Amino acid sequence: MTKDKPVKVDLKQVEEACKELYIRALKVLPPDIKQGFARLDAAETDPLAKKVLGTMIRNISVAEETDNLTCQDTGVPIYNVTIGRNVEVDGVDLEAAITRGCARATGEHPLRSSVVHPITRVNDHTSCGIRIPAIHFAFSDRPEELTIQMIPKGSGSENNSWLKMAVPADGVDAIKTFVIDCVLEAGGKTCPPTIVGVGIGGSADLCVYLSKIAAIRPLGARCEDPEGAKLEQQLSVAVNQLGVGPQGLGGDSTAFAVHVELAATHITMNPVAVNMQCHAARRASATFTPKGLTYGF
Amino acid sequence: MAHYEIIAPVTDAQVRGWRIRDTVTLNGTLYGIRDGTQIHMFDRGRKTRFDLRGHAVIHTAPNVRKVAKSAQHPAGYVPLCVGTTTSARMERFTRPLMQQCGVRIIIGKGGLGEGSAAAFKDLGGVYLAIVGGAAALETTWVEAIEDVDLDDLNPESLWKLRVKGFGPLLVAMDSHGGSLYTEVNQAARGRRAAALASLGVKTAN
Ligand code: SF4
Repeated sequence: MTKDKPVKVDLKQVEEACKELYIRALKVLPPDIKQGFARLDAAETDPLAKKVLGTMIRNISVAEETDNLTCQDTGVPIYNVTIGRNVEVDGVDLEAAITRGCARATGEHPLRSSVVHPITRVNDHTSCGIRIPAIHFAFSDRPEELTIQMIPKGSGSENNSWLKMAVPADGVDAIKTFVIDCVLEAGGKTCPPTIVGVGIGGSADLCVYLSKIAAIRPLGARCEDPEGAKLEQQLSVAVNQLGVGPQGLGGDSTAFAVHVELAATHITMNPVAVNMQCHAARRASATFTPKGLTYGF
Repeated sequence: MAHYEIIAPVTDAQVRGWRIRDTVTLNGTLYGIRDGTQIHMFDRGRKTRFDLRGHAVIHTAPNVRKVAKSAQHPAGYVPLCVGTTTSARMERFTRPLMQQCGVRIIIGKGGLGEGSAAAFKDLGGVYLAIVGGAAALETTWVEAIEDVDLDDLNPESLWKLRVKGFGPLLVAMDSHGGSLYTEVNQAARGRRAAALASLGVKTAN
């Protein structure tokens, strides 16, 4: 069987889409997050917390009505690229197109550039810089399909990120304790209710990456590993017993959920990482196929 | 739980009358300030031409569009999206901001620490909590950017905003040592052992 001619990715279209994705992500929250708000609001028993949730829910519609950003923090721009089968693209050109799209969103909308050089702190006002936007590549078996997901990761939640290289002797108890302590430590700084992303296993770098993947996973989706799924379920209940509440002002709604992602690890290692996503849990995605371009979350 | 409609500047006696859980709505002038602004003001000796005595500052760096100066946009900036950032990073600037500049109200999200609580008590100030991440709504309370100073630090400039019906904001830290964050945090830490026990983890205490 001869292979079909690969589908070429239109880089002009990618650039436009990457500009559009940044703006879309900042303006419209995904449906699973809106549902998550409705669920928390219905269950909240603290009157002040209910008011705070009400303001957040109102803000989501004000943003849509006034065509404005839900939150002012344009974040660290992250683009997650998933390349399907039989897709032809020059990687270097693809990265350049994504970066141009990101810079154009910043200049043309305009958006606040939240990105600076890490030592001089100079802001180029492009949202771009050394290795930023962060671009991650993954592969799928979907034919003739390229997907780009954009995450503007807010600093309030990102500043609350932790890695602990626990030891095997401390077992899963070390993981559970670490997650609870991170939620306590974060308090209101992460703009709760949050999605608490937990990476377990792997190497140090992989563990932190997993915690980010977990934090941006849509609400309702489960960890694929049954042990991970069980653990995230238990942790979701436990963190909401702490009473940190929306904005750290007290209440039942501390987290929409705890999400766990796993990787196999070394016999001597027991790493755990936590990365939080705030209530402005923003995502937008674009899927390119021979039929055209569709936007989603 | 009282509600106050105010126009800044405010006096020492005024802010000392407010207690945690009261609410305040601000009208008139509000200054926007952030990490970079305060690093330059308090670590690098930069001075502002604004008189901040008795005023309110908000931890922010807005999204703006540059336009020609006009009556509607006196500073040449349109406020596109004005929101609030995490205050805790700027903890060490509370006292100098109050002592050197006379600021009495800090608006932010996530709360400030013990050093700030002591400064509020010693110098007469409060922390008002806004709902972080609700910037689209917050922006509707901002009428204009009236002026801007230290603009080479843009977007971390010192912004002079004109606001209307900015709130209600929650008095989360008062000038009597009260802090909702400390209350909530202590209570949450008190529930730590029970939460861990529900996960099958035994703790020493
Ligand atoms: S933590 Fe999230 S919701 Fe809060 S201000 Fe930052 S980006 Fe916005």
